[in-house]
Amino acid sequence: MDAILFYCLAALALASAVLVVAQRHPIGSALALIATLSALSGIFGLLGSPFIAVLQLVVYAGAIMVLFLFVLMLLNVRREEGSPATGRRVRWAALAFGALFIAQVGAVLTRLELAPSTTPFAASPRDVARLLFRPEYLYAFEATSVLILAALVGAMALARREQ
Amino acid sequence: MTPLTFWQQLAISAALIVVIVSVLLGLFSLMTWVERRLLAFMQFRLGPNRAGPLGLFQPIADGIKLFFKEELIPEQANKWAFLGAPVVAMTTALTSIAVLPYGPPITLPQMRWLPEWLSWLSGRTIALQIADLDVGVLYLFAVASLGVYGMVLAGWGANNKYTLMGGLRSSAQLFSYELALGLSLVGVILLADSLRIADIVASQASGRWGLPGLLSWNCFVQFPAFVVYLLAATAEVNRIPFDVAEAEAELVAGFHTEYGSMKFALIQMAEYVNMITVCVLATHLFLGGWLAPLPGLQQVLGHDLGLFWFASKVAALLFGFIWLRGTLPRVRYDQLMRFGWLVLIPVAVAWILVTATGVVLWGAR
Repeated sequence: MDAILFYCLAALALASAVLVVAQRHPIGSALALIATLSALSGIFGLLGSPFIAVLQLVVYAGAIMVLFLFVLMLLNVRREEGSPATGRRVRWAALAFGALFIAQVGAVLTRLELAPSTTPFAASPRDVARLLFRPEYLYAFEATSVLILAALVGAMALARREQ
Repeated sequence: MTPLTFWQQLAISAALIVVIVSVLLGLFSLMTWVERRLLAFMQFRLGPNRAGPLGLFQPIADGIKLFFKEELIPEQANKWAFLGAPVVAMTTALTSIAVLPYGPPITLPQMRWLPEWLSWLSGRTIALQIADLDVGVLYLFAVASLGVYGMVLAGWGANNKYTLMGGLRSSAQLFSYELALGLSLVGVILLADSLRIADIVASQASGRWGLPGLLSWNCFVQFPAFVVYLLAATAEVNRIPFDVAEAEAELVAGFHTEYGSMKFALIQMAEYVNMITVCVLATHLFLGGWLAPLPGLQQVLGHDLGLFWFASKVAALLFGFIWLRGTLPRVRYDQLMRFGWLVLIPVAVAWILVTATGVVLWGAR
């Protein structure tokens, strides 16, 4: 039962992840990304940690992607016309990065055992909070919040200067 | 009592889903009638009183009318988004009701007449809840935050400037008020020391800190949070005075301008189900769920009155929403945003500080 659900969700996540890149319309891409995030949240739920699953939905699908869509609609972004990336250099770069990507995926695939993990892990709200506030993660955690604050202030400063 | 097998558990859950969803959808159609009648009385009118006794069959007539209307899809609309929006709205509305308890656990009577293969049911205690999650409150929150996509897609997909304005407004509004709504719940969660809804109800039982009866409910203990919750919830479910996303004076009908027939009915249904969800959650978190206002009234003549108390609290809150609609004018959009960010959120954060300090100093219970 769990395995069937896992493969369905994994297929959904991968298919919509491909759609994110393949779509021509930015709003379509955003919607596909929401589907990916929701499928990932389902996988976390299957691993026996509803808290992480719910966080995934609240933070990514519910908050960040709503802002994305808001901005896309506010700017009224149109469907992309034609192929933006032509030219010889771009083609060579694409080839190189494509090869690198395939090599990476191959390296991971050969080492991984392809079975869904069924060992539940402790991820209640209390466990996650304990982890975050442990000395080894605390500094990184706090530094991230300072970074986000700096980005916010920077965005405000830029917006003010234009007025 | 033997523990349930997987299939027995599944059967109970399926039965609960069928019962709860049908009751909720029945309540939705009843609510449309109640709302129109009450609003009419508040405005010295009669309201729909022709179909059936007291006009009670009006929802049925409305349903039939909407079924037989012509399907219209605007020519320039994005078909997928336009048709998907009501589906998203309804799905998220119905998903969020899964973790709410609808009363205290009930114990089935001993039923000797049941056939052999159903005998495991007699005397069994069943929670009136589809899924009892440890993180029930957060789950509700997550699914509710997905509900905004219904409105955004509806507004954008119809390819009409009024619907687009409505969709944009609703996404900005829901995003802002979700913050206040979430922050208003933190104090309650701190006091209950749990994210399970049943635990939060139990934490409000009479007698904490020596407070008798209803005084130990969170609406008194956590009064500022209760006020913030009610205001933010009104904005979350798009009700007057915060319904700027469909402000008919400026935006025709806002994000659902282009919708007709059953698609419109689905959007309406989702809005009403969300309203009921918000009221049920308020009842559990702030009004003591199925607890009686006075300790002696929980059990009368050997009957547990929990279901009655729960239903009357929800009904009172629903009436409050209708009353608000009959009383207040709509706020302006900029007033709405300023109020959310500069009043509600600071108040909620300050109250979290007060509650957290209290919990550290004197403990949660």
